[in-house]
Amino acid sequence: MKKTVKCMMILTTLLFVNSFIYAQDINALVQKVKAKIELVNDYEAKGKMKTNVAFLKVPIANVMVYFKKPNKLKIKNEKGFSFIPKGAVNINMNNILSNKFTVLDAGVDKIAGLAVRVVKLLPEDDNSDIVLSTLYIDEANALIKKSKTTTRDNGTYELEMSYGKFAAYGLPDKVIFSFNTKDYKLPKGVTFDFEDGTKQPKAEDKTKAKKAVPRLRLIIIV
Amino acid sequence: MWKLLQIELFKISRRPRTYIAFVAIAAIVFLIQFALKADGKSYIDLITRDIEESFIIDKEKALNGYFICFLLLNTLLVQVPVLVALIAGDSISGEANMGTLRLLVSKPISRTQLMLIKFLACFLFTVALLIWMAILALFGSMLIFGTDNMMVLKSTGATIIERGDVFWRYLAAFGYAILALTTVAALAFLLSVFAENSIGPIVATVCIVIVLTILSNLNVPMFDKTIRPWLFTTYMVGWKGFFYINYNDDGQTITGSVENWHAIKRGIFLLTGHIILFVGIAIWVFRKRDILS
Repeated sequence: MKKTVKCMMILTTLLFVNSFIYAQDINALVQKVKAKIELVNDYEAKGKMKTNVAFLKVPIANVMVYFKKPNKLKIKNEKGFSFIPKGAVNINMNNILSNKFTVLDAGVDKIAGLAVRVVKLLPEDDNSDIVLSTLYIDEANALIKKSKTTTRDNGTYELEMSYGKFAAYGLPDKVIFSFNTKDYKLPKGVTFDFEDGTKQPKAEDKTKAKKAVPRLRLIIIV
Repeated sequence: MWKLLQIELFKISRRPRTYIAFVAIAAIVFLIQFALKADGKSYIDLITRDIEESFIIDKEKALNGYFICFLLLNTLLVQVPVLVALIAGDSISGEANMGTLRLLVSKPISRTQLMLIKFLACFLFTVALLIWMAILALFGSMLIFGTDNMMVLKSTGATIIERGDVFWRYLAAFGYAILALTTVAALAFLLSVFAENSIGPIVATVCIVIVLTILSNLNVPMFDKTIRPWLFTTYMVGWKGFFYINYNDDGQTITGSVENWHAIKRGIFLLTGHIILFVGIAIWVFRKRDILS
């Protein structure tokens, strides 16, 4: 009996020590990622913006992305008028990591065959617009491969990032940004649409398929 | 023939009512351009309210000449049929009213030739009206508001057409609008054969266009497959088809494409058919008619 109790005590102590080390480890990893991102004071990047949402049909836009520390981000179309997603400007890694948060370890996962650490960030500010952020971090390179951010009012934002020559600064070459959009409808009487009742089936099917998920997918390739 | 056409055009140009159409178009265009120059942002706010929930819109760029011209055509091409009817509805009945019709048919030309010349004069008036509209609405707006990518709003969503891909669409749209308004002119021309004064055919044309436009826009399933596809008013706004750009599976617009060519071609075919039918009936009736006035 005494032996069993002793064993249990050792096991509990080991578990406690282990989780403490692990928590420290995950905090250190997030700090390492944050430090890498903070290396950049400002940047300007040329990119291509591809927008994919059911109610918008837009061409690929040539954009300039401007960033200034701590979290000012601006996307501007070089050639002319276009729709710039609000979330892409408001929800970025600098914005998420610049707030105070509690780090929770959520285990490991795989993204495109690469093992990543899953970390959940809970903002300490009760009034923060961000409710929860989940980061998928490439531990070896201290790079965020993917993030999911749930906001109070605007649903969930998802970012998938691919890195290239600016990986040392935590800057991705390609960002796929997805978020929920509200459905759009204008009364037919306002627009006086031209319909002869012979819509091309291809066009109709495509619209229907995308209407089911009013979600925007934005790709910025720098 | 050319001499006759010149005489007909001279007659149209001497009528004060001819200039009502040009003045009315200029007044509408200038008023809308002035209003949008003064407070266009509020209008953009109103129509893009849903999009602005998720997107940042540069309203100054959105409010460019191409967008304004689309708005103007949207407004004007509803009213212009009335202005076209003013001239076409007067072409035969006006002569009957003045007592010059009998004199006219006594000239050494066939009645068919006379009718074709009269209709050609109406057609040229319609073309002149649309060229005037293009100068004011398109080139005027481009001058005042500049050019940029063009936003097109439909009841199902919004489209952006690249600046370099817009101008040819306007040329095609104006070409289509000439065809659509010529159909109204042909209807008024037909009705003018039956009347002894101008008011009747003008009012009748306007009434027919209003009733058929309502039928064309009523979303009643019973009419959708039966009546609607055969009404010329269904195709009056077909010029917009040139601004409904096609897109790929990822939702990116394809430069130089049109979403539904089939509908446009069908519109061109049906409008041309209506013109031939209306003018054909008008000539047939006029040839058989005993001219007493």
